[in-house]
Amino acid sequence: MTTFVWNILLAFIWALTVGPFTPANVMVGFLLGYAALAIAWRDTDRVSYGRKVGQVLRFSLYVLWELLKANIVVARHTLAPLSTMRPAIVAVPLEPMNDIELTVLMNFITLTPGTLSLNVSADRRTLFIHFMHIDDEAASIRDVKNGFERRVMELLR
Amino acid sequence: MTTVAEIIRDFLFAVGALFCVLAAVGMIRMPDLYLRMHSSTKAGTLGVGCVLAGVAVEFGSAVAFIEAGLVIGFLFLTAPIASHLIARAAYFERIPLWRSTRSEALDQTFTSGETGPPADQEPPSTARS
Repeated sequence: MTTFVWNILLAFIWALTVGPFTPANVMVGFLLGYAALAIAWRDTDRVSYGRKVGQVLRFSLYVLWELLKANIVVARHTLAPLSTMRPAIVAVPLEPMNDIELTVLMNFITLTPGTLSLNVSADRRTLFIHFMHIDDEAASIRDVKNGFERRVMELLR
Repeated sequence: MTTVAEIIRDFLFAVGALFCVLAAVGMIRMPDLYLRMHSSTKAGTLGVGCVLAGVAVEFGSAVAFIEAGLVIGFLFLTAPIASHLIARAAYFERIPLWRSTRSEALDQTFTSGETGPPADQEPPSTARS
């Protein structure tokens, strides 16, 4: 996180130094700053910053893709006869996680249409999710655990 | 004269508008609060996202793209929190579910004696000077 602040700072310094303070110049500065930080800290324990940037990009693409898929599914159920819909409230067991991880996970679950996070049990080990439609409860739980939960934990650890 | 940018822009506007219409249809058709909330999140994500991306393409400047990205980012951060709080309140108030909903998990919570938010999350007293 500190490395990220440094990178932003370098980007602004670059943009202010080379000339017009434009978004394009800030972006060039960010890339140059990224390269400089990668070289400067290549032998320290901060090397994980480069991996983190890649992970954030991959995670964003994954979220966009999931949003697209989920929106199409919900659109189909909106137009299909109601009798084909099988909503359910499902208890999903959670890995132990801290406040930020839990917040991010529940945010993405709610953001995706078709799943709505209702509540976390007092011991934080169970998440109650309202699904718009499920065919197979075990498969839906697996999707949440292998999809969002695994990726959120990868991203934030 | 239609350019590629104009085709992309029109496509984004059309998709965004389509998802907003579908969200409105869902609000009317869906039988209970939770299912309606699934519909309303849809307008807030792909619908508004596509329209904003279309606006950015229309203006075509780097600033427009950054601003559209920021708006979408803040929307994605804040909209689910509001949705979650509404759903959580409905859950503790035990708003009736649609008859076809499977809710064994729900019964399990309430029979285990957990019938409200934990005590440390109760809203602060309103008796403040």
